[in-house]
Amino acid sequence: MKTESALEKVLAAGHLAVTSECGPPRGALPDKIKEKAEILRGYVDAINVTDNQTAVVRMSSFAACLIIKQIGLHPILQMVTRDRNRLAMQSDIIGAYSHGIDTMLCLTGDHPCFGDHPMAANVYDLDSIQFVQMVRNMRDEGRFQGGDEIQNPPKMFIGAAANPFGDPFELRVARLAKKVRAGADFIQTQCIYDLPRFEKWMEGVRDRGLHEKVAILAGVTPFKSAGMAKYMKNKVPGMSVPDDMIKRMAGVPKEKQADEGIAICVETIQRLKEVKGVRGFHIMAIEWEQKVPEIVKSAGLYPRPPV
Amino acid sequence: MKPFEPLIVAFCCHYCAYTAADMAGSMRRCYPPNIRIIRVPCSGKVDAIHIMKAFQKGADGVYVAGCLEGDCHFKNGNIQAARRVDYVKRLLDEIGIGGERLDMMTMSAGMGERFASSAVEFTEKIRRLGPNPVKRPDRAKAAGA
Amino acid sequence: MITAERKPIQEIMEYVKPYSRILLVGCNECVTVCAAGGRKEVGLLSSALQMACMQEGKVLDVKEMTLERQCDPEYVEELAVAINQVEAVVSMACGCGVQEVARRFKEKPVFPAVNTKFMGASERQGVWAERCQGCGDCVLGLTGGVCPIARCSKRLLNGPCGGSSRGKCEINPEVDCAWQLIWDRLKALGLEKRYEDIAPAKDWRPSRDGGPRRIIREDLAS
Repeated sequence: MKTESALEKVLAAGHLAVTSECGPPRGALPDKIKEKAEILRGYVDAINVTDNQTAVVRMSSFAACLIIKQIGLHPILQMVTRDRNRLAMQSDIIGAYSHGIDTMLCLTGDHPCFGDHPMAANVYDLDSIQFVQMVRNMRDEGRFQGGDEIQNPPKMFIGAAANPFGDPFELRVARLAKKVRAGADFIQTQCIYDLPRFEKWMEGVRDRGLHEKVAILAGVTPFKSAGMAKYMKNKVPGMSVPDDMIKRMAGVPKEKQADEGIAICVETIQRLKEVKGVRGFHIMAIEWEQKVPEIVKSAGLYPRPPV
Repeated sequence: MKPFEPLIVAFCCHYCAYTAADMAGSMRRCYPPNIRIIRVPCSGKVDAIHIMKAFQKGADGVYVAGCLEGDCHFKNGNIQAARRVDYVKRLLDEIGIGGERLDMMTMSAGMGERFASSAVEFTEKIRRLGPNPVKRPDRAKAAGA
Repeated sequence: MITAERKPIQEIMEYVKPYSRILLVGCNECVTVCAAGGRKEVGLLSSALQMACMQEGKVLDVKEMTLERQCDPEYVEELAVAINQVEAVVSMACGCGVQEVARRFKEKPVFPAVNTKFMGASERQGVWAERCQGCGDCVLGLTGGVCPIARCSKRLLNGPCGGSSRGKCEINPEVDCAWQLIWDRLKALGLEKRYEDIAPAKDWRPSRDGGPRRIIREDLAS
């Protein structure tokens, strides 16, 4: 065991791990975070807190993680390289660890042009791979990126993202290999709708033995409506939604579409359980957290194993 | 007060537009005396600065007349001219003169009628727009007119 | 070259409002190539400003000069003959030139007529695109001749990110994904293996982050 992380414990014990997400509020509203996290209590092993997702300013991931920690749940600190340089990142990491936050996800971050402050200066001092490397060295070598010793180094369980659906496809396994070599302990993938493409990626991953070096959590997101499915297909870069899934959603009357979306999500999880190398699931029900318990139960992932 | 008579500068290419103007003359097809023709070897020879200077010196309207698309004696001089005219139109809008005082026309050498009718139409348009704003009445006073 | 675009006329008019005699200076190098501030553009801007002033009943006297470059003091010196006949200088050079003119003629107000944009190259006639960010530590030899710092929106050294789509960047479908370009080049050169080398965190000191920079050639410095 590299850390005290609850997520690491679940994975080390050989269980399929389940994580989900909380998006912090756009204001100083700590109760909102508590409400969202409370819905997930008992249904997930750890909860991701997004970091100014889509480059829109929200309560900081660090602050929201603290709130979640204080109510006895396990937060995953998401951090993007877009908004912080290496000083601020390392500073926040030791700060978070000092509060008992021991699991994090190292990301590059959506470009500011998508968000509410397109006029801001981008930082991008590091990229996600250099970021993973930095956190691994903080933990295992006990050194800051600049070389000095860290007093009581943070023992972070390190996560990274992977997108099997981004272009160019031929590079997506190699990119995962880089993240693994840089020190990633676990991976959360972009949400999966296109199973054949995901399975093809996993083949490449298994060929190189990467599934044994890093714990891959398959990302899933339930469709709320046919409109959402179409939007994901056409407007979100790096996302692949098969046409027959759109047809299925559109073929159902509006008031039944939400249930159909949940059904598709649960079926996807069941199919993913059969894919060798998938060590768990990351359920991203954006602004729909109340459906996560239902999904976890229907997918046969409840109750969560005690650690 | 004399009624406003527009002063119009027409850059006409030798091969087509100028010949068309000539043709209009031979046909006894009248066109307004407001038009001052400047013959150029090709409409593409007209530079943005020539158009600007024409307005600066008091022209109320300017047009560049070249060959029909595909027929330019110098291959694509007329296309360059059209793009340049668009550029200057935007510049004229920016400084308050107004891009509508400038135009690009195309015609073949035999189109005397077209030359004449375009000239009439353009002159009337400029008459309606009024004098070039650089010629403010009190500026004329300030210059001691 | 360094690229630039003319500022809106209204903005330049605001600068010259208090003056009736100005010197409008162009530059024969970069801004000529990108058609923003060369001799032709000086002529056009001069005419435009004069016409804009005429509409307000004002006569603006514009002296037009175009120097070989404005970033070398020897050329800037050529303005000395005309400087006393004017109240202000409007420079159509890039920011480097404007500053050199201001440095030499401290007692004259100097204004920029163009917005300096980026170091770039011509993609085709009339189209220029950003190519170099002056990071001070060039990695082009490793990336098949495509710069990830200037051409990747997130300046990733280990790209592409998850938003690369059909060879284009997530921020704008007209922007190429630099890492797609790099990968295509590495393939063409038979250097696919290099893709998995992890490029370590960049030392930004040679870049602007280390402070304003200077090069001194001992053998040439007077």
